[in-house]
Amino acid sequence: MIEFKNIYKKYEGGQDVLKDINLTCEDGEITVLIGPSGCGKTTTMKLINRLINPTQGSILINGNNISTVNPVELRREIGYVIQHIGLFPHMTIARNVGVVPHLLKWDKTQIDSRVNELLELVGLDPKVYRERYPSELSGGQQQRIGVIRALAVEPETILMDEPFSALDPISREQLQEELVRLQKEIQKSIVFVTHDMDEALKIADKIVLMRDGKIVQHGSPEEILRRPANDFVKNFIGKKRLQPAINMPTVADVMMRKPATILPYRGLAVAMNMMEKKQVDSLVVVDDDNHIEGYVSIYGVSREFDNENMQVKDIIQPFTHSAAPDSLLADAIHILDESKSSYIPVVGASGKLVGLLTRGSIVGHMRDMYSQERWAYNA
Amino acid sequence: MEALLSFFDYFSGSWMDLLEMTYEHIIMVLLGVLFALIVGIPLGILCTGNKKFESIILALANMIQVIPSLALLAVLMIIFGLGFNTVVIGLFLYSLLPIIRNTVVGLKEVNKESIEAGTGMGMTRLQLLLKVKFPLSLPFVLAGLRIALVIGIGVATLAPFIGGDGLGREIIAGINVRDTEKIYGGAIFAAILAILVDYLLGIVQERIEAKQ
Repeated sequence: MIEFKNIYKKYEGGQDVLKDINLTCEDGEITVLIGPSGCGKTTTMKLINRLINPTQGSILINGNNISTVNPVELRREIGYVIQHIGLFPHMTIARNVGVVPHLLKWDKTQIDSRVNELLELVGLDPKVYRERYPSELSGGQQQRIGVIRALAVEPETILMDEPFSALDPISREQLQEELVRLQKEIQKSIVFVTHDMDEALKIADKIVLMRDGKIVQHGSPEEILRRPANDFVKNFIGKKRLQPAINMPTVADVMMRKPATILPYRGLAVAMNMMEKKQVDSLVVVDDDNHIEGYVSIYGVSREFDNENMQVKDIIQPFTHSAAPDSLLADAIHILDESKSSYIPVVGASGKLVGLLTRGSIVGHMRDMYSQERWAYNA
Repeated sequence: MEALLSFFDYFSGSWMDLLEMTYEHIIMVLLGVLFALIVGIPLGILCTGNKKFESIILALANMIQVIPSLALLAVLMIIFGLGFNTVVIGLFLYSLLPIIRNTVVGLKEVNKESIEAGTGMGMTRLQLLLKVKFPLSLPFVLAGLRIALVIGIGVATLAPFIGGDGLGREIIAGINVRDTEKIYGGAIFAAILAILVDYLLGIVQERIEAKQ
């Protein structure tokens, strides 16, 4: 875990580059620092391996203040992938990847096997590539080497400074995907700097949006897309990317608002009657305050129908699944599918029933959307 | 035709002497340039750390370079006396500028990414110099060495004036006795030597550059 505490950075000449940065990067997550050029994102990243030292404030890695650690030793424990790749042109691929193990004085066979392992990790055949020089590789291959070079001694933390910005769009996408896949395997804490929002949305667990040396918003890609903190964030994300997220229906948009309910102290005949009238096979049981208690199904009612003393509350069954009104429809559909029933209740604050999400209501919503689009298209 | 025949006549009689003089010539130049490498490369490295130091060192080396070679050797003779050592000192001084300047330029030309990568991965300043900066500036240092050797081979022909040996002896002897063949013999050998050294080092330089 990397913690930034009240970080200020002033350059000589009095220019403030960072103003009161407070930030926590969680273990095993990709934290993407993003913002327009000059916002301080690269400076923030370089504070972590002490390529830049803060004017004020402290940075803790796993609770240890890094200002007390020798910068050379600190850097050997932190993987670093620089912009423009930065492989050493006079060293073979094997020697490039083995730089840090070499600095840490691993023995030769250990370095060799680690290099092979890493090359295989990114799909480059060690037999073919070990003895080549960087200039003999394509840009995408070079940056793969740049990435595995940073992984060589299995550092817990890896810093990446716009690593894919120099690549053509196709290799860039490939490497982004590979990074996400790799991260699933290695589970490192990665701090990734970029100015490309698409890249951030694709790889980030957390996005930190910066402007003029301050953090404007910090959250998951989902949060930032759904609830941009201000106009700056909205502009930075761009209308095109914002649109689908805002138009993405929530459960509240789609749910059936007046579900058939019944109070727990009603008799079974009443229940049967209501089901008949509303043409449903089950009723949601709610108390006088509209709090959800469970449901009764037509099978339960008919099984016990002859017992006149029985009330709804005696045959009530609990719901195993439910959805919140502001959760994404896409997620809710998943829950509905998992529940294996034809509907799930939509539960608002303090457990009150607000509606039902049924398969029928989803189909209805899709029909509306589709016909709207058709209209828009024809117009 | 007659001139050519008499040159061959001369050559067949004295090629052994010429080879021996070439050998002496090479030794003088190599020693002078070797000392220049030993002193010049560290000076060049020191220069990149300090702007003021750089301007002083380069100014001094430039000053040495503009003194006419005959004058420099004569002054050295006054200080160190006649002999082989004085020639080597002269060649050393003449080789300093190309080597220092090319080391400085080479170190400055090392790409920023490699330096940033090295620093960011936890190299000490010395490791960065030895593992990254110096190897990457090697083509420039080699170019400096090449210039120094070619200049040195030329300057070394003046060695006999201050008690040295080498191909200059044949040239000066030729001048003294008005023997055209002798002059040609020494001059051609010195020229071939310079061209050969330049060519060979050019190949080495290309090989290193190709790798990078």
